Amino acid sequence: MTEQLDAGLVAQEIAEHPDALSQPYAGGELGRGRRRKEDAKLVTGQTNWTDNITLPGLLHMAVLRSPMAHATIVSVDVSAALEMPGVIAAYSGADLADVMGASMPCAWPVTPDMVSPVHTPLATDAVRYVGDGVAVVIARDRYAAADALEAIAVEYDQLPAVVDMEEALAEGAPLVHESAGTNKCFLFDFPGAGADYAETVAGAGDDVVVVKRRFIQQRLLPTPMEPRGVVVAPIAAADEFTMYSTTQIPHILRVMLALTTGIPEHKLRVVAPDVGGGFGAKLNVYAEEILALVVARKLGRPIKWTESRSENYQATTHGRGQIQDIEIAASKDGTILGLKVELLADMGAYLQLITPGVPVLGAFMFPAIYKMKAYHFTCTGVFTTKTPTDAYRGAGRPEATFAIERIMDELAAELGRDPMELRKQNWIKHEEFPYDMIAGLTYDSGNYEAATEKAEKMFDMAGLRAEQARRRESKDPVQLGIGISTFTEMCGLAPSRVLGSLSYGAGGWESASIRMLPTGKVEVVSGATPHGQGHHTAWSQIVADSLGVPFEDVELIAGDTQSSPKGMDTYGSRSLVVGGVAIHKATGKVLEKAKRIAAHLLEAAEGDVEFEKGTFTVKGSPEASLTIQQVALATFAAHNLPDGMEPSLDSDYVYDPENFSYPHGTHLCAVEIDTETGFTKIRKYVCVDDIGKIVNPVIVEGQIHGGLAQGIAQALYEEAVYDAEGNLTTGSLVDYLVPAAPDLPHFDTGRTETPATSNPLGVKGVGEAGTIASTPAVVNAVVDALRPFGINDIQMPATPERVWRAVHGDGADRAVAGTVAYGGTSTGSTAGAASSESEAL
Amino acid sequence: QYEDEVEPRKLLTHHLREGLGRVGTPIGCDTSNCGSCTVLIDGDSVKSCSVLAVQADGADITTIQGLAGGAEGAGAEWHPVQKAFQEHHGLQCGYCTPGMIMATVDLLKRNPNPTEDEVRHGIEGNLCRCTGYQNIVKAVLSAASELRGDGPIPGSFQDAPVEKQEVPA
Repeated sequence: MTEQLDAGLVAQEIAEHPDALSQPYAGGELGRGRRRKEDAKLVTGQTNWTDNITLPGLLHMAVLRSPMAHATIVSVDVSAALEMPGVIAAYSGADLADVMGASMPCAWPVTPDMVSPVHTPLATDAVRYVGDGVAVVIARDRYAAADALEAIAVEYDQLPAVVDMEEALAEGAPLVHESAGTNKCFLFDFPGAGADYAETVAGAGDDVVVVKRRFIQQRLLPTPMEPRGVVVAPIAAADEFTMYSTTQIPHILRVMLALTTGIPEHKLRVVAPDVGGGFGAKLNVYAEEILALVVARKLGRPIKWTESRSENYQATTHGRGQIQDIEIAASKDGTILGLKVELLADMGAYLQLITPGVPVLGAFMFPAIYKMKAYHFTCTGVFTTKTPTDAYRGAGRPEATFAIERIMDELAAELGRDPMELRKQNWIKHEEFPYDMIAGLTYDSGNYEAATEKAEKMFDMAGLRAEQARRRESKDPVQLGIGISTFTEMCGLAPSRVLGSLSYGAGGWESASIRMLPTGKVEVVSGATPHGQGHHTAWSQIVADSLGVPFEDVELIAGDTQSSPKGMDTYGSRSLVVGGVAIHKATGKVLEKAKRIAAHLLEAAEGDVEFEKGTFTVKGSPEASLTIQQVALATFAAHNLPDGMEPSLDSDYVYDPENFSYPHGTHLCAVEIDTETGFTKIRKYVCVDDIGKIVNPVIVEGQIHGGLAQGIAQALYEEAVYDAEGNLTTGSLVDYLVPAAPDLPHFDTGRTETPATSNPLGVKGVGEAGTIASTPAVVNAVVDALRPFGINDIQMPATPERVWRAVHGDGADRAVAGTVAYGGTSTGSTAGAASSESEAL
Repeated sequence: QYEDEVEPRKLLTHHLREGLGRVGTPIGCDTSNCGSCTVLIDGDSVKSCSVLAVQADGADITTIQGLAGGAEGAGAEWHPVQKAFQEHHGLQCGYCTPGMIMATVDLLKRNPNPTEDEVRHGIEGNLCRCTGYQNIVKAVLSAASELRGDGPIPGSFQDAPVEKQEVPA
């Protein structure tokens, strides 16, 4: 072959350094637990976090934040700050009004008449939450900047805080945005694809049971371990900027920065260096990113801003924050007739990037895996004087899954049925896929029976039920509860046409490029941006498997708009399902062309060339073969290519998914509750997830574990609490309980595998499954343990105090002391004593 | 060995990162809760955000970057705890990892043969938001075993290609 290859000088070099050209591919990459390529730098401390970046002449920015939830700004005087040592500049909102842009973006107007208030990076007229930015200081080091904040004099005229969503909607309530004339942001009304709910219930005559509940989705603080930060490096004379940011979305951020500040998109480069977790909280366009950019432009100096954790809790978006009124109607035999959902969704003070879209995503998930005739969903977005909410792991789907899985247990209790049997009666059978859901989605595949059977076996359901009966019988102070969650979710955001129909401001495609280097090594460029998921490893496996090159020979380029110029980034469990499929398709284009080149070099008809494990062979003459690395080298030399062929083996692919993917699973949780202390201990947690085909089982299991931890944390530990004046009283890690190792159990994980049929890899996504599924499993277990005490709900987080009060308090005490944010006792019906909220019509 | 004049109020963690450029030790909170900035001072684990730089005057400080005997290049032999965190997938985003590893080194010095429960309590001053701790606990137990001379606990990674993608039983 050597004479045919004729690759010139490089071929000679390689002949002298044979190691430079790769060994043949061994096969078997997909499904293999490869060690992570990411780990070397992470376990040695050689990571490139944004806050590690330093540049010549770097200045530090600090933000003065409002101590009040709601106030008119009378005056801001930065003059004393300018006199402080090391201070270079200080600006109020008014000072930057000309340059900081009219308003930060909200990309998801969920209704045509949605109220989208002006949201400037620094407040100019009024502050609307504790933490709203008022002024910035630029100084030579971070200590000097922090000191100077204290010298800024701000005069406020305090206005009433708007903390409770229902009070916010009442007639005469103080307004978060005076000019809007209302605290209502939008009303999203979705009647589903089935029959009318009220008519369906009425039409059932006597044969109907209706169960109603009010569930509270408390606010959560996403808490990626790396706080947010940004560094902007200007080339002042050219008006060009590089921004390093702790972001999940460098590509979206770049577009939005251009649209917001007027700096042309092509003069902006956005880099997400190593990013220490996101969980949705870094899926945004933040005030500090814009401020650092416009100040760098103004001063011509590089600017860095890094938030503290306490600042993170005020200034980075929160998650959840919903009041869910849910009603389920079923025949007396347990067949679900319909579901009615009315949500109040806390927007906070402003709309961030996708704030209003998060609860609306839930519209498609409340019916979950169940068949029903009627479904009606409404969601009212409400402004309050609190930190804006936005995506947090699961984003709309955990909330929906919690409500449906909780109320399925309550329906079972009302009917005197086993909660799993009731689910089995109503879920989609595996032979019924693909199934058109009442919420308008088509579920392509699933097997709820298989996942449940496996989970029950791992759990020892019979043994635990027997133990529960014994403890109940003996009035053991430690009671056992068993909770179920048979969840599904929608992943792989998203088919662009569906996003368009939902008025989302962008598409849902993902981009990939393959670059075959002369020596046969491969660079894969992805528009998905990693922040802990293991993309470098998993994408290498996909590329290695498709192209037949060694895993070690693949390098990922991502997270930089200069080197990975197109992308929709990472959120919504989309990286593999959309970005991974894009990579797979891009490798297909490389192979197609490589085959033509191989045929030409081997002097064979293209139809006679076969490809396996990285080697092209000619049918019937096994001695005539070329490896893909040899083809890459020959293409580089370009001495002998088919006439007119471009000398390149690179390819681009932009993949737009045809459907969402629908991971599902069965999670089973057993808790022990000490009724004398109210303390809940997770005794056993079993989950069997069906996420379709997998790339790396070890990474998959890690994603499940971490997801479970966050879902369990919502059930038992975490809550962002505001007082009546709108102060975040859980404002640091001292008060906000992120679970540590002793707070979490060992998880028993299992898998079933029903491949997705809507993409060629059969993958479904795994990033959010654990979070979505686990919260209702845990709370169902807690309620199951307490049901003999006449308790049919407990507000999250089910703290020892709440559990103890529910068990020991009188009727009044059982109305659990909730957050003032949700009106405290006004939502008391969500917890405590069994009230007769179920009505047999 | 460094000789520096530092502001009396400067935190050790800021001096390490900004004064000495040893940015391998990250900062995750401002209340000494998260443990991301854990280092060894004279062999004991300390959250470097809760120590003033001047308090470390004359002390021997080991950060994650010095754990493998200062060898930082490719192919350098990692400390058994570093190896165990990779072998058991005890990290995802990796931000808590330097602190978690340093806390583990100290834990295993004090308790070379911990139970799972002792590991969980031993690292409770270090928060991780990605892993749910299960694989961290495995990593710590494996490192303990290796440091005791019993060899590491086998990890979940597969050294051989998969023949056929099977759903585990």
